[in-house]
Amino acid sequence: MSKMHIKMKVNGEEVETLAEPRELLIHVLRERLNITGPHIGCETSHCGACTIDMDGKSVKSCTVFAAQANGSDITTIEGLGNPDSLHILQEMFKEHHGLQCGFCTPGMITRAYRLLQENPNPTEEEVRFGMAGNLCRCTGYQNIVKSILAAAAEMNSSKEAAQ
Amino acid sequence: MNEMTPPKEERSAALKGLGSSRKRVEDARFTQGKGNYVDDIKLPGMLFGDFVRSPYPHARVKSINTEEAMKVPGVVAVLTAADLEPLGLHWMPTLAGDKQMVLADGKVLFQGQEVAFVVASDRYAAADAVELVEVEFEELPVLVDPFKAEIDGAPVLREDIADTLEGAHGPRRHPNHIFTWESGEKDATETVISEADVVAEEMVYYHRTHPCPLETCGSVASMDKVNGKLTLYGTFQAPHAVRTVASLISGIAEHNIRVISPDIGGGFGNKVGVYPGYVCSIVASIVTGKPVKWVEDRIENLTSTAFARDYWMQGKIAATKEGKITGLWCHTTADHGAFDACADPTKFPAGFMNICTGSYDIPTAYLCVDGIYTNKAPGGVAYRCSFRVTEAAYFIERMIEVLAMKLDMDAAELRRINFIKKDQFPYQSALGWEYDSGDYHTAWDKALDAVNYKALREEQAQQLADFKAGKTRKLMGIGLTHFTEIVGAGPVKNCDILGLGMFDSCEIRIHPTGSAIARLGTISQGQGHATTFAQILATEIGIPADDITLEEGDTDTAPYGLGTYGSRSTPVAGAATAMAGRKIRAKAQMIAAYLLEVHDDDVEWDIDRFVVKGAPERFKTMKEIAFASYNQAIPGVEPGLEAVSYYDPPNMTYPFGAYVCVLDIDVDTGVADIRSFYALDDCGTRINPMIIEGQVHGGLTEALAIAMGQEIAYDDQGNVKTGSLMDFFIPTMWETPNYTTDHTTTPSPHHPIGAKGVGESPNVGGVPCFSNAVHDAFRPFGLTQTHMPHDHWRIWKTANGLGLHD
Amino acid sequence: MIPAAFEYHRPESIDQAIQLVKDLGDEARVVAGGHSLIPMMKLRMTDIAHLVDLQAIGDLKGISVSDGTVSIGAMTTQHELITSSELNNSVPILTEAALQIADPQVRYMGTIGGNIANGDPGNDMPGLMQCLDATYVLTGPDGTREVAARDFYEAAYFTAREDDEILVSVKFAAPGGGYAYEKQKRKIGDYATAAAAVLIEKDGASCKSASIALTNLADTPIYCSNAVDALTGSNLDESAISAAVAAAVDASDPGEDNRGPIAFKKHAAGVVLRRAIERAIERA
Repeated sequence: MSKMHIKMKVNGEEVETLAEPRELLIHVLRERLNITGPHIGCETSHCGACTIDMDGKSVKSCTVFAAQANGSDITTIEGLGNPDSLHILQEMFKEHHGLQCGFCTPGMITRAYRLLQENPNPTEEEVRFGMAGNLCRCTGYQNIVKSILAAAAEMNSSKEAAQ
Repeated sequence: MNEMTPPKEERSAALKGLGSSRKRVEDARFTQGKGNYVDDIKLPGMLFGDFVRSPYPHARVKSINTEEAMKVPGVVAVLTAADLEPLGLHWMPTLAGDKQMVLADGKVLFQGQEVAFVVASDRYAAADAVELVEVEFEELPVLVDPFKAEIDGAPVLREDIADTLEGAHGPRRHPNHIFTWESGEKDATETVISEADVVAEEMVYYHRTHPCPLETCGSVASMDKVNGKLTLYGTFQAPHAVRTVASLISGIAEHNIRVISPDIGGGFGNKVGVYPGYVCSIVASIVTGKPVKWVEDRIENLTSTAFARDYWMQGKIAATKEGKITGLWCHTTADHGAFDACADPTKFPAGFMNICTGSYDIPTAYLCVDGIYTNKAPGGVAYRCSFRVTEAAYFIERMIEVLAMKLDMDAAELRRINFIKKDQFPYQSALGWEYDSGDYHTAWDKALDAVNYKALREEQAQQLADFKAGKTRKLMGIGLTHFTEIVGAGPVKNCDILGLGMFDSCEIRIHPTGSAIARLGTISQGQGHATTFAQILATEIGIPADDITLEEGDTDTAPYGLGTYGSRSTPVAGAATAMAGRKIRAKAQMIAAYLLEVHDDDVEWDIDRFVVKGAPERFKTMKEIAFASYNQAIPGVEPGLEAVSYYDPPNMTYPFGAYVCVLDIDVDTGVADIRSFYALDDCGTRINPMIIEGQVHGGLTEALAIAMGQEIAYDDQGNVKTGSLMDFFIPTMWETPNYTTDHTTTPSPHHPIGAKGVGESPNVGGVPCFSNAVHDAFRPFGLTQTHMPHDHWRIWKTANGLGLHD
Repeated sequence: MIPAAFEYHRPESIDQAIQLVKDLGDEARVVAGGHSLIPMMKLRMTDIAHLVDLQAIGDLKGISVSDGTVSIGAMTTQHELITSSELNNSVPILTEAALQIADPQVRYMGTIGGNIANGDPGNDMPGLMQCLDATYVLTGPDGTREVAARDFYEAAYFTAREDDEILVSVKFAAPGGGYAYEKQKRKIGDYATAAAAVLIEKDGASCKSASIALTNLADTPIYCSNAVDALTGSNLDESAISAAVAAAVDASDPGEDNRGPIAFKKHAAGVVLRRAIERAIERA
């Protein structure tokens, strides 16, 4: 089957690759672009381990074809922060023990990033509802919720400080 | 102490040793997407393998035609049993002394069984070719119900061993029977039961489920034909054992095999076993001369690798009128699926199911377990528990509740009067275990006080009255559990897997500048070993945990150990770590004494240094001692500062806990809302409270899933009904409650630091607690037992059967 | 779970899309958000040689509410429905229902058109659209036609849409009165064990008009006209509600699956519907 020329912006960089239209975005990211932060957990869009941010939306990249993603602007966990300057969510997940095996973490943080963009001051209930597309088998979620609420509080206080 | 010496508290805190809620060192990588899991491994020229699987639960394989599949561009090979047979690899040994087909050899015995292995340039080509492999099956009668395995006319599943009625665990009475395993005194127990004031009898079923870690199983095999070395990366909870097994079955010398467990995305028992995918990736790499990756998808994971539980436990519990338990009897029918691939120590075909006397002083007991073959996937792994301990805990905690009903007693009080007392430890159980330590009454009272048990019962009575008056359709349930685990397998004298004693190990090297690396025979799957084992060591050797690197999972560098499962890392490898640390300290003492020009006995340990007794201003810190070990010629002392310890535990450890769950059941929809959950755990000495709490949250959530909806269900024809995460229940954040955690501390007397292990307690205790809460809600209507999972329709059915919809 | 190969097309107008579907015939399938279709393709349960992606067609997007008529482009996502203040104000039942579909990530991709048109009895929008008495606008090679939601569903995955037609938009009159979308499910992300959409308008104490539809309780959504008749003109008292519930349960025809046996589902249908009616009355 012939390959398509796929152009996307990934973590701020323009990237181009050849891929079959049927290739799943998660495979293109992981195998062709070596972006291995997003993981494959269930392949049926239930677990959220493959969550990325695509054109301002939280998306399960196991259920998007490369062809559909052509032209999109993508942010993965790798694009949220860097070792010198972690995203506040990354800091708070570390601080509040919001992860154990780490497999769900990239998807979890990437989804939380979009949630907080849309709702900077969520209640616990809103976090639990807004994060319900991401499964974790290790933490029981309690500390993930704590981490996200702490990140929101931190982001809000630094915003206030800036004003 | 001189003026420059910081106070003890400060020095101690700087170590971040035992008892510190140290932040995890693993998290920097994981939060930035820099974990390195097996599917992240990419080797030059790597091929990808994918299975053709059986759609039938029981069928003869008449022929396999790979011609069309081989034509798919990118396909390199299609392996079948015929290709593996010359290598002797078409079957492989299981951990339970049975053998299992790697690829279908003449027949298939469960839906999803591996039939052929396609190897291609990438996973897309492999998947295309899988579709084109033509397999001619001839369907055979299916055996799903273990109670029908031995009736006349039952299909014989294992024709390969049909004529051998001597199994790995003694005589077999039928071709579909695997073993009978007994523990305790049969006659004495039956006598006690026949003479008892009160006997409660119940069938307690712990349904089939699956560990389902978020990362599925996988491997990358790379056979380097130039130097004859095989490197095998994989999701292995026991990398050293995998190396030995790989050597034994492949004939490759063990020193030519390097097994690496990279980061593991959760294990929960799923990654203890050896699977056909691992073997096929090795063979494919040998055949093609290229690295071969195999990673199962979620459907394959749920339907072919490592189910858990599936125990039918018929119980009788005898007591006096006053509620003092006099005897416990249990017969278990264990559905093992098509091959006996249980991950249990060799001498324990039903694991430690004989911990089923639980937290109670039961003078007489008897357990008999019959293992049965059915047309289901093999497994029987310890899903977040020590071997069959969840089954045992569920059994006894249900039997206690049933007995309480029969006695018309409060179940909390019934437990209290039967607990093993503090002064009875070490306690010899009727089924042969020596419980190391415990203080059950203290834990129980603390738990009941914390939840205000009396007030809860009053509230429940009021809600029941309201229900009967038609004011509400919700029933309140209070679930109680006091569990005792047996973990930390185990003493080599009675615990081995495939002949490998279940010790574990730690090797420490102190660097000249006073930092260190420690390597262990275990492998973390999220438990945070790199964080906590460094803490044990920090306290033992006075080097800050932050200056200690922990490494696991590479058999070329790590000392031999049996891996991480059954809550054995802290009890066994944790002990090895402490013991290796003590060897370091012993040598450091000699060096310090030499440097301080005093006798060895004239210095004493002080947090992070040796000081001269009576002269605290004279000391050598571990940092100074480390450097000295590399640059001083000390008479009678070898240079360097290293140690290794192989620890053979003298006994298991026995963590325990007291849990209380409160929930409300909507009898019309069958929906159960968890109102609160209180978990008190006693895991002995606490290494890192933050991590303990996280483990408890996680284990309770897995327990919630199992109790309330998660199952591997088969229909009457042997088809799997719950093969994806649409139907296999894993709760999201929305369905998961917040938990309250608490603790008491009763150290293990035989463990070097008194720690017992905690990761599995919340699953062992959580499942009966959730289930007891559901049962408790219906107790006023006479319900004695209803089987898990308590999903909406089953709860509704229970309510319906009790006439609550009339 | 790897899909079979296909050719990919991304038309930029409805006409282009129609032309493609016409030219490619049976081998073509249109894809909206893809969260129903792609899993089926990954399981190789459907054979598609040409995938026609509608994402670039601006005319399929957008929400308009004017003169009491609501029109929603087929490619409008569930997320856009939820975050539209216009819809929240004029059709709150739509927001309430959309929030109960799948999970956040799926709602960013899943569209109202996809949910409506693919004919999966588990989807929530078809029942809701029947309750709202919506009209579907379909465009094909022969032009545009309209089909009532209540006439659209024939059997599971079979609808009145011709293979060469594309669902362009849905429209309906903004409802007045009280509303409720009540759904019982095993967890977030699940399809309904039973779900009910209810609209009730009161005139004083009596029920001026009502509308009731059920989701996932047969192989198509069920518009419950007998239940509607039982409520309409009544005083919405216990006997009217019971009659409506009984009529709706009678109209349901669920199958057994992992969510439970038929008897349970029928019972749950009754409970869910009663709760929806009671909530709608409260809000009316």
